[in-house]
Amino acid sequence: MLFTSGKGDVYLIMDLHAEVKGATLLARVAGEIDLAVADTLRSALDRELDGNAGIRHIVINLYGVNYIDSSGLGVLLGRYKRISRNGGSVFIVGAQPQVRRIIEMSGLLRIMQECSSEADALNRAG
Amino acid sequence: MELVNRMKLEFLSLPSNVAFARVAAGAFASQLDFTLNDLEEIKVAVSEAVTNAIIHGYGSRPDKTVTLTAEIRKDTLVLVVEDLGKGIEDVEKALQPASSTDPERMGLGFSFMQSFSDSLVVDSRPGAGTRVTMTRTCSREANPPAGL
Repeated sequence: MLFTSGKGDVYLIMDLHAEVKGATLLARVAGEIDLAVADTLRSALDRELDGNAGIRHIVINLYGVNYIDSSGLGVLLGRYKRISRNGGSVFIVGAQPQVRRIIEMSGLLRIMQECSSEADALNRAG
Repeated sequence: MELVNRMKLEFLSLPSNVAFARVAAGAFASQLDFTLNDLEEIKVAVSEAVTNAIIHGYGSRPDKTVTLTAEIRKDTLVLVVEDLGKGIEDVEKALQPASSTDPERMGLGFSFMQSFSDSLVVDSRPGAGTRVTMTRTCSREANPPAGL
């Protein structure tokens, strides 16, 4: 699903493809994750979680993300808090070096699990 | 320090202008011989400052003005992000990591600004606004234009 932001002339800035695999939400995100799209991404992920009570884990594939800042990190943290309340985990896959560095500096990699591939993450999520 | 170049942008406090500000700052900064990694860091620092101005300075009101000024002084980039919003009561506290009370925010904005700048100065008065000044020196001399 493509998301746009702005009124009148729109700016294409984020893409989210979400699918549920068993008890895991697989979210492939692309674009620049900043203040302009943080609310949209948050709402879209929460909609998936709200719509399927069986989701226990989230695998977030960031391969297509070429920028993230603290607004985007806040979305990841919020979803982690939500999932971990029920004993679930968040798995991170495919972060580009500049994006991974920001995530690592934030400390999120200490509470989320980084995996080498989507298949690895889905396997670990069970 | 000798002023080499200067630019000033004024834009509305719209979230979509965060990307505009960081891209503009990155393009301006590229006049110095920063590495791509340096430029990415500069863009994050500017994004965080502008995000703070919009969210905290103006309480996400979209009709206010944020100003970004960038200067190249010899081999140093000076970035100033200003708002005329509500200001910060306790700057020292705001500079602490994870100072945000919002569970959806990490409170790392100033931490990234500090990490990606050589110096960070925050001038703020409650009710009058906030001015964030960041400097970053380019460790490599800029390449002179071909033919000179």
